Amino acid sequence: MKISTARRRLAPLAVASAAALVLVACGSDDASDDTNTSSEDSSSEEQPADDDSEDEPADNGDELSGSVVVDGSSTVAPLGEAAAELFMMETPGVQVTVGTSGTGGGFEKFCNGETDISEASRPIKDEEAAICESNGIAFEGLTVANDALTVLVNPENPLQCITVEQLQAIWGPDSSASNWNEIDGIDLDAPLDLYGPGTDSGTFDYFTEAINGESGAQRTDYNNIGEDDNTGIIGVEGSTGGMFYVGFSYYMENQDRVKALEIDGGDGCVAPSYETVQDGSYSPLGRGLFVYPSDAALEKPEVLAFINFFISNAEPIAEAAGFIGMTDEQASEAQAQVDALVGG
Amino acid sequence: MATDEKPPRTARTRLAVAGARSSTESVFGARGRGDRLGNRFFLAFLLLGMAMAITGLAAMIIWAIIEGSPRLSMDLITNGPSTLAPETAGYRPAILGSIYVIGGVIALIVPLGVGAAVYLEEFADKTRWWNRLIELNIQNLAGVPSIVFGILGLAFIVRSPLSLGAVPAAGAVTIALLVLPTVIIAAREAIRAVPPSIREGSLALGATQWQTIYRQVLPAAMSGILTGVILAVARAIGEAAPLLLVGAVTFVTSDPSFFGPGFTTLPTQIFDWARRPQEEFQVLAAAGVLIMLALVLVMNSFAVWLRNRFEQKW
Repeated sequence: MKISTARRRLAPLAVASAAALVLVACGSDDASDDTNTSSEDSSSEEQPADDDSEDEPADNGDELSGSVVVDGSSTVAPLGEAAAELFMMETPGVQVTVGTSGTGGGFEKFCNGETDISEASRPIKDEEAAICESNGIAFEGLTVANDALTVLVNPENPLQCITVEQLQAIWGPDSSASNWNEIDGIDLDAPLDLYGPGTDSGTFDYFTEAINGESGAQRTDYNNIGEDDNTGIIGVEGSTGGMFYVGFSYYMENQDRVKALEIDGGDGCVAPSYETVQDGSYSPLGRGLFVYPSDAALEKPEVLAFINFFISNAEPIAEAAGFIGMTDEQASEAQAQVDALVGG
Repeated sequence: MATDEKPPRTARTRLAVAGARSSTESVFGARGRGDRLGNRFFLAFLLLGMAMAITGLAAMIIWAIIEGSPRLSMDLITNGPSTLAPETAGYRPAILGSIYVIGGVIALIVPLGVGAAVYLEEFADKTRWWNRLIELNIQNLAGVPSIVFGILGLAFIVRSPLSLGAVPAAGAVTIALLVLPTVIIAAREAIRAVPPSIREGSLALGATQWQTIYRQVLPAAMSGILTGVILAVARAIGEAAPLLLVGAVTFVTSDPSFFGPGFTTLPTQIFDWARRPQEEFQVLAAAGVLIMLALVLVMNSFAVWLRNRFEQKW
């Protein structure tokens, strides 16, 4: 009797602990690695001014350990994750984590000294750089890939090309247009159904700056889809008058559901594509994607090695993650920056 | 028509019901059409309410099963996330992260929640304004949006004064603050429901107030308290927004540790994959929903089993 009640009492515990054991057992080697890295990590933090990076060649993966904390744009995150994965295959001792706080949220943490590398889908703003400076955080900015900010409409929309002025008339902060035919040069009777990313997003900042002339200036009565870009795709797919702007990869994955407009920035209509972004003709919505390592983090050999790896392999990384790679010019410029860091 | 309920309607009961009804009607007169129609409508309304609740849940579960089933395999719980190979990516660090956070939440909310409830029910002098203020505040706290707790967690727990950093422990403290009001309110109700005669009997036998609470009131109230904990944990495990703020990053390949930086949880990982453009990640997100359902089911059945052991009737 006593035994049976005890057994009954313990049964769920046994199930739970068995489940935990399965999880732990499957990665016991990882777990032991973790304890190593965390202890070495803390010891390296205690001596911030060690200059080992000059003695060791930076890409000697076997001896590196520690962690690299990456945060920032959710647009750039897949790129950073692909880079981290490839890097960790070569240097299993280093743990790279990638967060998605958004470009602005990422810089906030970066300038507070909480992250090693910040990813951004627009260049750092002067205000943000000033905060970094006042907190004593110096940093480098590196281009890692390109993106076409793509303007999407419903496939039934007859429009093929849109000018920057027309976009401005639709999205401007003072715009009150509620139907496509209120826009000069557009002959379509359908209610305007606007979708846009959240205001923390670098995509929002970039689009408003490029189209409306001022970062953050945009009409406020649109469907704010926050950070989930798939919602915008669903919205445009289901509404004849729908319109949404988003990173190029979302268009590439949903070509059968939505249509991308060509953009006329003054020199004729240009469709978004790998080529037009790289040759600079997709203007003004072609943009660079960036990483910002802090100088303090670059003192750590594992961060330097990661950045070096990221830039040296930018092309295959961009391809693996579905991004538009750098032009030769951008690549050699970024490589020169990294070489200077590794050398100095 | 309460007779429409449980007992099997044998010929005898049916006869008895008909007899009872006709004798009632002969005394009070037959019930009007309106009454009977009202009964029908009310029943239909109740069924509709239940159908709405079940349809929503069923739709979500069926969607997750259809969408996520191609990815159900051991990979899902033994592998880490991967952008390069979504077809073998999994939730291992996220599952462990969620377990750590929830474990921390339970360890915090049970003593704190029960303690606060015992104080408010057994010790607090309700004529004092500060006790009434505390009560009012706890009820209002239950309605504060979770993102606000995320900001609080980032400002005070991740950064100074607590300065825990972006670790599972900080997530646990933040989520514990978020769900604490639920536990306190449920525990208070449960303690209040313990008959005064139990307390008085215990005190009359010479037990101190502490002994009375510890040996009589709390065991008697345990099932109600556990209900509150179940509700709180079910909410806690699904929270993504506050955890994103306190540093649950979305790409972690190594197993987390409770006080070590770099953790993720199931909802944050699901959220990140659900918003990716590629189809493979959306399937992965649906499969993650199934894992989360399974985890919630396991935890809740444990809690329900525990609650039933303490169930007491007077």
